[in-house]
Order: sequence, then C-alpha cells, then structure tokens
Amino acid sequence: MRAMDEATVRHVARLARLELTDDEVRRFAADMSKITDFVSALRKVDVQGAEMTLHPVVNRNQWREDEARPGFKREDAVANAADSEQNFFKVPPVIE
Amino acid sequence: MHELLKLDATETARRIRAAEATAHDVTAAVLAHIKATEPKVGAYLHVDEADALSQAKAADAAVKAGKAGPLAGVPVAIKDNIHVHGQQTSCASRLLGDFKAPYDATVTARLRAAGAVMIGKTNLDEFAMGSSCENSALQQTRNPWNVAHVPGGSSGGSAACVAAHSAYLSLGSDTGGSIRLPASFCGVVGFKPSYGRVSRYGLVAFASSLDQVGPFARSVRDTATIMNVLAGRDAHDTTSADRPVPDYAAGLRNDLKGVRVGVVRSYLDQMPNREVAGACQAAIDRMQALGATIVETSLPHADHGIAVYYVVASAEASSNLARFDGVRYGLRVESSSGIESYFRTRGTGFGPEVKRRIMLGTYALSAGHWEEFYGRAARVRTLICRDFDNAFAGCDVMVGPCAPFTAFKAGEKSDPLSMYLCDIFTIPASLAGLCALSLPVGYDKSGLPIGLHMQAPAFAEDRLLGYAHALEQALKPEVDRTPAIA
Repeated sequence: MRAMDEATVRHVARLARLELTDDEVRRFAADMSKITDFVSALRKVDVQGAEMTLHPVVNRNQWREDEARPGFKREDAVANAADSEQNFFKVPPVIE
Repeated sequence: MHELLKLDATETARRIRAAEATAHDVTAAVLAHIKATEPKVGAYLHVDEADALSQAKAADAAVKAGKAGPLAGVPVAIKDNIHVHGQQTSCASRLLGDFKAPYDATVTARLRAAGAVMIGKTNLDEFAMGSSCENSALQQTRNPWNVAHVPGGSSGGSAACVAAHSAYLSLGSDTGGSIRLPASFCGVVGFKPSYGRVSRYGLVAFASSLDQVGPFARSVRDTATIMNVLAGRDAHDTTSADRPVPDYAAGLRNDLKGVRVGVVRSYLDQMPNREVAGACQAAIDRMQALGATIVETSLPHADHGIAVYYVVASAEASSNLARFDGVRYGLRVESSSGIESYFRTRGTGFGPEVKRRIMLGTYALSAGHWEEFYGRAARVRTLICRDFDNAFAGCDVMVGPCAPFTAFKAGEKSDPLSMYLCDIFTIPASLAGLCALSLPVGYDKSGLPIGLHMQAPAFAEDRLLGYAHALEQALKPEVDRTPAIA
C-alpha cells in the first residue's frame, strides 16, 4: 500500500469541504496511510460470489396518501440558523 | 445514596403507580445525586432541574388520573445526539454550538408517553465517533468504578450515569459497539437492538446502515421494561421494521434448558487479557450449569470486521455529515464568500477524529478508489453476514468477551488504530444488523467490570433478553456491586 501523500490529503479535504491547517495535513497523511494500510488487508479476502451488502435489511419504497399533514413551522426551521431574515436562511453571496 | 435510588426502574415505576412513592421524590432524589456525583463523573452535558421536576409533576398527575405508564416517574438520561424537544443536541461537538432540538425523537416521545422523566443529556464522543468518550469536544467523562479510567464510548455518559445511579435508565446509540463497549467498561447492561427494531427518527445520523438506538440499565429486567416502550414501527423512519413486538418482560426466564450456546474458542484462548477470558469462561460454565449446551462455532471473516467497519462507517459518515455547513444550524464561521465559510465552519467546528473519518470516508468513495475500498468492504460484509447465518444454524445465542480488556486509563490510547481495535468483538453484529448486549459477569483484580457479549439473530431480542436474565440471576451473588462513588 502506497503511503498517502500530502497532495492527496489536500485533494480529499477539498472534496470534503474541510479547511485543514498544514499541521493537520501532515498528521492526516500519516494517520490515513496507517489506516488505509490496515484496511488493505481486505484485498486478500476471496470475495468471489459475494454481492455487496449496502444495508442489513431489504428496503422498499413506502407510500402514503398525498394528504397535507401538520409539519415543521418556518420559524422553527430557522430557529437554529446562524443568520435568518423573514424566515429565510441568510448566507453570504455565493455568486460574484 | 437515597434508598429509592437503590431500586431498579421497574420496581420504582411500580411503586409510583401504586402511590407508594412519587415521581417528584424520585426525581428530586436523582437530581440531588447528580449534584453529588457529577463533579467526579461528568456524565451529563445538560440537566434542567426545573424542567425535570415539571415532568415529574405531570407524571404524578397522570398517576392520580389513573393514566400512569410503564415508566411512570422514572428518570431517564438521553445521549446528546438524540432530540429532546427544547433541549440542546450538541453531539458533544463545537460545530452544533447551542443547537436546540425543534422536536422530540420518536424514542423520546415514546418515553414521555410511558411517563418517564427526561432527566438530562449525556456526554459522548463527538458525533458518536470513538470508543472512550475522550473525543468529546465539551467534557471528559470518567468511569464511576475508577475515575482515572475512561467510561468507554461512544455513549460514555449514558453508561456512566446509570452505573453511578444518577439515572435509572439511559439511551445510547450503537454504530459499531457504542452501547455495548461502555456498558462493559461501566458494569451495566447495554443493549443494541436489531437494526430496525427501534426508530432512529431524531437521532443525529452517523452511519445509516449501522446506527441503532438502545438502552442502558442496571438489570436485564429493566432492559426488557424499557424495550417494551422503545420497540416498534415508526412512520417517520422507513428503516424501522414493521413486525410485531413481543412482550420482552414476559420472555425473561431463569434456566437455560435446551439452549445451544455458541462459543468461538479462539476469542477466549487467544485473549491476551486472561482476567477477561477467565470471567467470560466462568460465565459460560454457569450457562452450562443452568442447562445450556455449549457448542463450538466460528466466524471465519469476523477478523476483517474492523477494516470493513472503518470503510463503511466512515463512508456513510462523510455523506451524513455533509449537512453541517453552517447554513441551517450550528456554528458558522463567517467569510467573504459562501463556499469559503463552508470550508472554515467545518474546519473549525469538527474535532480531529470526526475530520479523520470524514477524510477516510471521502477518500474511500472518491473516483478511482470506490471499488477498491467501499465496494470490497461491502462484499466482505456479506461474508460476515453469511458467517452469522451459518453459526446460528447450530446455536441459539453466541457468547464471548465484549471487549479485549477492561476500562483503560484516560489518555492511554493516543493512536487512532489502537482505539479502533477496542470494538473488535462488537463490530461484526453491527455489520450484520443483529441484536446483542453486554452483561456484567465479573471484575478484574483492580475492581473494574468485565462484560460478556451475547449475540442473537436479528429480531430475537425476546430470546436474547431471556437468556441474559437467566445468567444474570445466577451470577447475582458475585456480580451485584455498586461503585463506591455512588
């Protein structure tokens, strides 16, 4: 198993939307190399004929009548937000 | 300790229903005991005395009106990743800040309907990721049997408060062992129901194919009493099972005649900690004396459980935790642009272990690595499920050690991998969606509790609790102890 380099750590952090300090990048490169090395033992397992188990039970779509029911009030939905206005979530500009 | 606090939850509720005690007196006694024990234990993140006493008042009124439920007036503690309307749900993370739950989790609502008093919110490893409770960003919880040691995790606060008698019962969540491991370390019963047996609506999701809510109690009887309240289908959780719920209290038994107990010999023979192995072997001998037949069994792929778990659970966590973006709730670190605020909020708000798992999960799901990591782990998971199917063809229950050791000292395990290895015995049942529990069966030389892991097929909770009850009753003279701190 190849050791994980810092460039890979930075790339993954970008995908995960995590700002990491340089110190964290170094630490995670070492930790994740160790962990992925440990996990790579799975490569030696013979998985011929084994489907993937994504879930321990079989899930089926569940339907109900399309009737209005009491739900969340807007003021409750925004009550925990860092910033809101007129019951909308308020965020910094995302488009320049 | 107040005399009332020495009773179990089932007897306490009976007395309150029979007007031999009041919910107010019981709740006041627990609140006073919390004040006395918390400076040393630190199990609770939040206790609202006024709210608890007003719930107790309502419980007493319900008794007078002849509407008392099965947990009338019994104080129950809730892990702080499960919603209690109006109280904090911090997940022991700085990222959630002062988040207030806008609704009750289904398990909370069911407890309320049964008359229980929600006494407080308990500490955990941040977002339930950890095995010692040391990953909490808010507080350190200590083991009531020896405060230099950890309570186990992730539901460390919920295990510690029940062990310290500062709650009769508590709720935890178990993704890879987060109920059973701390139960084993704190000497209480910790029960992970089968996947789907208990609703997860209002539980903050960590790994959705594994998470399950379950109780801690000081006896198997109390575990059955609270499971009668918690179990069942919930329209708010489509993964909750639409199957009948047996009366768990009615299934409790005192013998093991005709029961086939499966033992994986190598788990005991190769266990470096001989005290844990010895206590588990003594418990197995006792099961035989109660009429059980001991059969050797094996789980050839279970050794890969930890590797499978850390890929699958981290992958699911990386997806579930994407919701913490600083927009709708929790911390927001302001920045000139929305996307940068997103990066900073998550970088600042999550602790090191949570970041490590998000990173690992994102990597395992990323282009070029998906089949190598996630796909392969999901296939080995199938092999582990098949191992259990084969094993349970020859036995009714599997027993062995719950953890490779007793509670370790705080700060002793700094390497992430060595921490992951704590869950070696509990993870396989989570991957297969089985029900399992930890039952206190002894103590090591230093007086720290040892737990026996008992596993049964999915939805065999009634049988599992019955077997555990028989063993518990037989071991009572040797095992029934109270930590000095209580």
